[in-house]
Amino acid sequence: MHGIDLTIIWAIIIAFGIMMYVLMDGFDLGVGILFPFAPDEDARDVMMNSVAPVWDGNETWLILGGAGLLAAFPLVYSVLLPALYIGVFLMLAGLIFRGVAFEFRFKAERSRNLWNWAFAGGSMVAAFAQGAVVGAYIEGFNTVDGRYVGGPLDWLSPFTVLTGLGLVAGYALLGSTWLVLKTEGYIQQWVRRLAPWLLLVVLGVFAAVSVWTPLVDPSAFERWFSVIRLIWIFPALALLSAWLVWRGVHRQHHATPFMATMAMFAFTYFGLLVTKWPYVVPPNYTLWDAASAPGSQLFLLIGVLFVIPVILAYTAWTYWVFRGKVRAGEGYH
Amino acid sequence: MELDPLLLSRLQFAFVVCFHAIFPVFTIGLATFIAFLEMLAFRTGNPAWSRLSQFWIQVFAVAFAMGVVSGIVMSFQFGTNWSNFSYAAANFIGPLLSYEVVTAFFLEAAFLGVLLFGRNKVPPGMHLFAACMVALGTFISSFWILAANSWMHTPEGTELVDGIFGVTSWGQAIFNPSFPYRFTHMVLASFLTGSFVVAGVSAWYLLTGREVDANRRALSMCLWLILIGAPAQAVIGDFHGLNTMEHQPIKIAAMEGNWETTRGMPLLLFAIPDQEAERNHMEVGIPRLGSLILTHDWDGEVLGLKEVAPEERPPVWIVFWAFRIMVGIGMLMIGCALVGLLLRRGGRYWQQPVFLNVLRLMAFTPFVAVLCGWVVTEVGRFPWVVYGQMSHSEGLTPSLTGGMVLFTLIGYVLVYAVIFSAGIYYLMRVLRAGIESIDWPEEVHDIERPKRPLSASHVSIEEGGHGHARH
Repeated sequence: MHGIDLTIIWAIIIAFGIMMYVLMDGFDLGVGILFPFAPDEDARDVMMNSVAPVWDGNETWLILGGAGLLAAFPLVYSVLLPALYIGVFLMLAGLIFRGVAFEFRFKAERSRNLWNWAFAGGSMVAAFAQGAVVGAYIEGFNTVDGRYVGGPLDWLSPFTVLTGLGLVAGYALLGSTWLVLKTEGYIQQWVRRLAPWLLLVVLGVFAAVSVWTPLVDPSAFERWFSVIRLIWIFPALALLSAWLVWRGVHRQHHATPFMATMAMFAFTYFGLLVTKWPYVVPPNYTLWDAASAPGSQLFLLIGVLFVIPVILAYTAWTYWVFRGKVRAGEGYH
Repeated sequence: MELDPLLLSRLQFAFVVCFHAIFPVFTIGLATFIAFLEMLAFRTGNPAWSRLSQFWIQVFAVAFAMGVVSGIVMSFQFGTNWSNFSYAAANFIGPLLSYEVVTAFFLEAAFLGVLLFGRNKVPPGMHLFAACMVALGTFISSFWILAANSWMHTPEGTELVDGIFGVTSWGQAIFNPSFPYRFTHMVLASFLTGSFVVAGVSAWYLLTGREVDANRRALSMCLWLILIGAPAQAVIGDFHGLNTMEHQPIKIAAMEGNWETTRGMPLLLFAIPDQEAERNHMEVGIPRLGSLILTHDWDGEVLGLKEVAPEERPPVWIVFWAFRIMVGIGMLMIGCALVGLLLRRGGRYWQQPVFLNVLRLMAFTPFVAVLCGWVVTEVGRFPWVVYGQMSHSEGLTPSLTGGMVLFTLIGYVLVYAVIFSAGIYYLMRVLRAGIESIDWPEEVHDIERPKRPLSASHVSIEEGGHGHARH
């Protein structure tokens, strides 16, 4: 493979997969986080119906990302998972609980409340754990010779608790704007009232993390204040998106708040990527240090390039089939 | 007591993988069975076949969903607890495990929805095609997993340089020496599992006189499959054993409880292996039969456990007894197949209550046999994670502490206990509702129904609930 750097191609695939995961599982986790605060049980039915057709497809990206990391960037896989050992367990437990709660709540009558709590609790734990992972990633990992040598709870610090809570709020914002899009009447009014507050919290965390990051990672300061000024476009666009969210909610638009929230997430994510580039196991290892053998990357690339379009087409088709508002008393049983 | 992260990690892996394995081993066989039913329905037009298919698709959906959920945990286990192994072997196992994921998703995205929900929306030929593709997809999935696993037993086509396995030949590494035997053995095990579960459930319905026509057909079909499958499995098992003897002789020694290298080794039927004393207690065996089976020669030489140092010997009693349970169940299966054949005269196979009750109980045994088989092969390769090249302790995550692993082990046990008892309880509800449940009214608009596995069934999870959820 002369002239083509497979490692770059894989970096793009994995980065794309993670972004798809965050955006898509983000809003259905958000719906779970908002679950306990819903006005009534009918509203909960509608909330769940709105994500029921798509949520497990959304989680596809997580598994694809995990397996892809092992194949393409084994160093990332074999440092991050040990470092985040407890967090990964909590995330998986949360995802499993909410997944099964999803299925059984519809088939339950008397035990419905129990599944409600499993759904909400699982969603919150999974979202918090993912947010803490982002924070731990910014802080970097304690490694010697490509092996994680830190303690079991290094990933849990004041900074990562902040990012964890920030992502819970962020997912809740995604969930609330998704519900603005998918619901109407009193449920839509409820999430419309909620969304600006969540936006405020998210912006607060966004600001705090931005100020705090250079303190936990000096190279970030370097990157933002002395190297490439062009990257300031990302936070600027994220803030613009935030303003569009607020305006969309205020003017009672249906689709703009959700689209703008997704854009806000995407630009924040790009901002994070440029902060760390090209380090994938900060602070020591770059993409190329972490890559597997070119033959292995190529072997898998063939299959992945074939299947990603199929998954994207299937995903698009599902969203198309289930487009429009979800109304109480109909839909998924 | 000092908590040993190595032992606890092995326990944790054994626990999650055993829990995971029971679902795919069932769904692989069931998918093929459903494809058969669809083919019969398509060719004969007899509604009994499509009723059977509709019912078993519901069961398939629940088991498939459980398999997917428990599989998510597996894809992270390699990194959390076996990071040194993952890092070293990633060039080979990374793409293989990823291909399994890719296959599963492709299958789910493209064909599962059509199979589960498309019966009245696509032409019958297309539905049949989807059923065949789902069955094929489950095989391809297990192909990747077993190729990766077999390579860990008989690593070839790779080279260990500076602690990293590099692939020198994908063909040799994937089709490594133990792969053909392990794969065939496992596929047959899946067929037998699917057949015995369907046979057992059908027998139970027949005992209570439910949907006699359809269930009689299902039972007959399963008995034919078992009649071919169970003896074939014994033959394949023998070949697999010979292959193991060539590549992992110490595993064979543990399976046979054979401490000394001997000629004319007996076949032990009973023994209590004693690891400390390096001998067995209370041996009961058939002289020379062991050598005959393993070497196809009455006086063939068989290596004993003492050929290697004590710390390189697997825990013998586990391997010894797991092997005997597996083989014993295999023998029972062959017995059932033969009795079933005899009872065909006069159509007694579906009316003989004792036989039906035996089949009902036999429905659980394939799971035990499969897990025992995996215990034999995985415990038997101790202390290697990649046979002869990387030990368990070298593959372990270096930063693990015993407390961490104990925490997650207890956590997984609790999560699985809650979630899977709900799942298996629900599966039992679907089985109890029986084929009749496909006639229950559905009050939903078809277009609104999400295309997801568990929604293929509309049985309520609670006792006394209506046939379908409220609204």
